[in-house]
Amino acid sequence: MTVVQIIFVITAIVTFLAAIMVVASPNLIHAALWLVLTLAGVAVLFLLLEAAFLAVVQVAIYIGAIAILVIFAVMLTRQVSTGLASQVNRTWWLAAPAAVILFAGLIVLFSQVAGFQAVAEPLVKEPATLVVDLGRALVDAQGYVLPFEVASVLLLAAMIGAIVIALPPAPTVEEKGA
Amino acid sequence: MIPLSWYLVLAAAIFCVGLYGALARRNAVAILMGIELMLNAVNINLIAFWRYLNPGSMGGQVFAIIVFAVAASEAAVGLALIISIYRRRSTVAADDLNLLKW
Repeated sequence: MTVVQIIFVITAIVTFLAAIMVVASPNLIHAALWLVLTLAGVAVLFLLLEAAFLAVVQVAIYIGAIAILVIFAVMLTRQVSTGLASQVNRTWWLAAPAAVILFAGLIVLFSQVAGFQAVAEPLVKEPATLVVDLGRALVDAQGYVLPFEVASVLLLAAMIGAIVIALPPAPTVEEKGA
Repeated sequence: MIPLSWYLVLAAAIFCVGLYGALARRNAVAILMGIELMLNAVNINLIAFWRYLNPGSMGGQVFAIIVFAVAASEAAVGLALIISIYRRRSTVAADDLNLLKW
């Protein structure tokens, strides 16, 4: 095995075990911290795939924003989060085989992809040029400017929606009179 | 070098773990964490296919960035919903939220 393969295997094992702990940990704060480890492992995979910009975005958005948001939500709902009698619902025994069957199906499906055993050819371009290309493609009228703008509007709508939804309930008439 | 299949198998495994989390956990925040795992697995696949099959075009990376944006929106709205539900009903267990259940 080459050095890159050893790095991949270690990252893969850590990422997978952390993912298992995310769904298995009874304490939600621990689950959120395992989620951070999983996300960091995925960032390393992006680096191995030579998508350096996406690795940085992964750390900034997922670890920096989403994981912190999840931890805040766990803390705001703390008493009930840890007080649940059981962390899994009544049909968890159906969910487990469903996940295993889906995994088998995905492997069968992937093995029929033309490039399943493909080995990456060395990139023709410099890594710095790749980032320039990505930036150009995002704002190029011939490229992906429309999906990019739609994603921006979606983020704005989600932000406003989140604020409106999380507002405290309006006081009722009696409360106003008191 | 690493064959494409290694990435695909790892991504499928993480996706299925996330699916189990989304289906089996009772706590709504834990369900959201499972969904985040699934979105991450999809991103691994997108970038792996981009790198191995079509590194010349930027489509794969752009798609992954759109997934990032959707994941951020989903987390923000989902957690706002959970906090709002917690304020009104003092629970975040998904099977207690049966207001819209027939």
